[in-house]
Amino acid sequence: MTAVLQARGLGKRYGRRWALRDCTIDIPAGHVVGLVGPNGAGKTTLLKLAGGQLAPTSGSVAVLGGPAGGPAQLAKVGFVAQDTPVYAGLSVADHLRLGARLNRGWDAALARNRIGQLGLDLSHRAGNLSGGQRAQLALTLGLAKRPELLILDEPVASLDPLARREFLQGLMEAVAEHELSVVLSSHLVADLERTCDYLIVLVDSRVRVAGQIENLLATHHRLTGPRRDPGRLPADQHVVSARHTDRQSTFVVRTEAPIHDPAWTVSGLSLEDLVLAYMEKPAAARPLLEVQQ
Amino acid sequence: MEGWVIEFHLDGRSGVSPYLQLVHQVRHALRLGLLREGDQLPTVKDVVARLAINPNTVLKAYRELEHEGLAAARPGVGTFVTRTLTDASLAAHAPLRRELQRWLARARQAGLDDESIEALFTTTFRTASEEDIA
Repeated sequence: MTAVLQARGLGKRYGRRWALRDCTIDIPAGHVVGLVGPNGAGKTTLLKLAGGQLAPTSGSVAVLGGPAGGPAQLAKVGFVAQDTPVYAGLSVADHLRLGARLNRGWDAALARNRIGQLGLDLSHRAGNLSGGQRAQLALTLGLAKRPELLILDEPVASLDPLARREFLQGLMEAVAEHELSVVLSSHLVADLERTCDYLIVLVDSRVRVAGQIENLLATHHRLTGPRRDPGRLPADQHVVSARHTDRQSTFVVRTEAPIHDPAWTVSGLSLEDLVLAYMEKPAAARPLLEVQQ
Repeated sequence: MEGWVIEFHLDGRSGVSPYLQLVHQVRHALRLGLLREGDQLPTVKDVVARLAINPNTVLKAYRELEHEGLAAARPGVGTFVTRTLTDASLAAHAPLRRELQRWLARARQAGLDDESIEALFTTTFRTASEEDIA
């Protein structure tokens, strides 16, 4: 199966600052991918590179089997930018006409049906819509393009809980119906937990971990036991985070193999714990936190 | 999901994975006789549109139900219940519930609060199950 998104040593530099560096990922089709990380980690940069709106400084990025930004790719990729922007002065109907003009594969029936289901008035100006309605209008434009890959940058960040739920309901319904792949970013794990089945954690311009969520949850464990140096863990246990008190060590490790060491109490992690473990700075850099424990 | 026999819901804090929650809810409905052989389960599209969850979660739950022999997919139509879990025991539910209600009333009269009642039931239930196994 063709990868929907494939990056090889991908990097983007603004002046002297790398917004994204050394990014190598391979995402198979048919997933809803969550891109999570703190603000400023490089999420928007990665999404814009995939959408062909930015050119890489180093490495390469391909979507749906071709270089991102090529004409064939632009036709097959939908992009809903941060805060789901619409044209405030244009009516809902104007937006649909614009979408039909600009996109060869425009699905006018889908657009009309969605607008009808949402109860939006075609003559309303987008500037007068609520935040939730604006987001739904932007989603409708993205879906009516009938893309194979839909990229959404923080689509629900500014929405209230009800509008957020309604937006994700609409998105998941479209995924079920049209079998499109989705990449969406968020700095909130809770938004991604139900909707995504693939996760990319981006911290400080680098991909810290990427994979199917089910597999990530099965291979990450929290070990608690008598204090131990991370260097004395088995080689197949990759240490994600480590905390120590005078007597106790708590590690989050990634390993394919079962953990038999009787010294450890082994427990699973929630998705949120897993993401937070990757966001933590290395233990050595945080002596103050150690004292607090 | 109007028109469907059952409606799914998800408990985000239960610690049980979403697909298993869906499987449990179908089994539960089968046991209570809410779902019967031939009933159609909500379509994947309807479930995701209601719960805002990943379609693969629903597909996985339905595959699991198929694997257990409780449901079968009819391509292009949907997934249908193929077995019931109630059998003859459903008829016994009503008298058993009445006995249980009488027992609960006696427990309250004896001064047990909800937590004590639950603890007593759970330990007795567990001991009885262990004796059955042994």
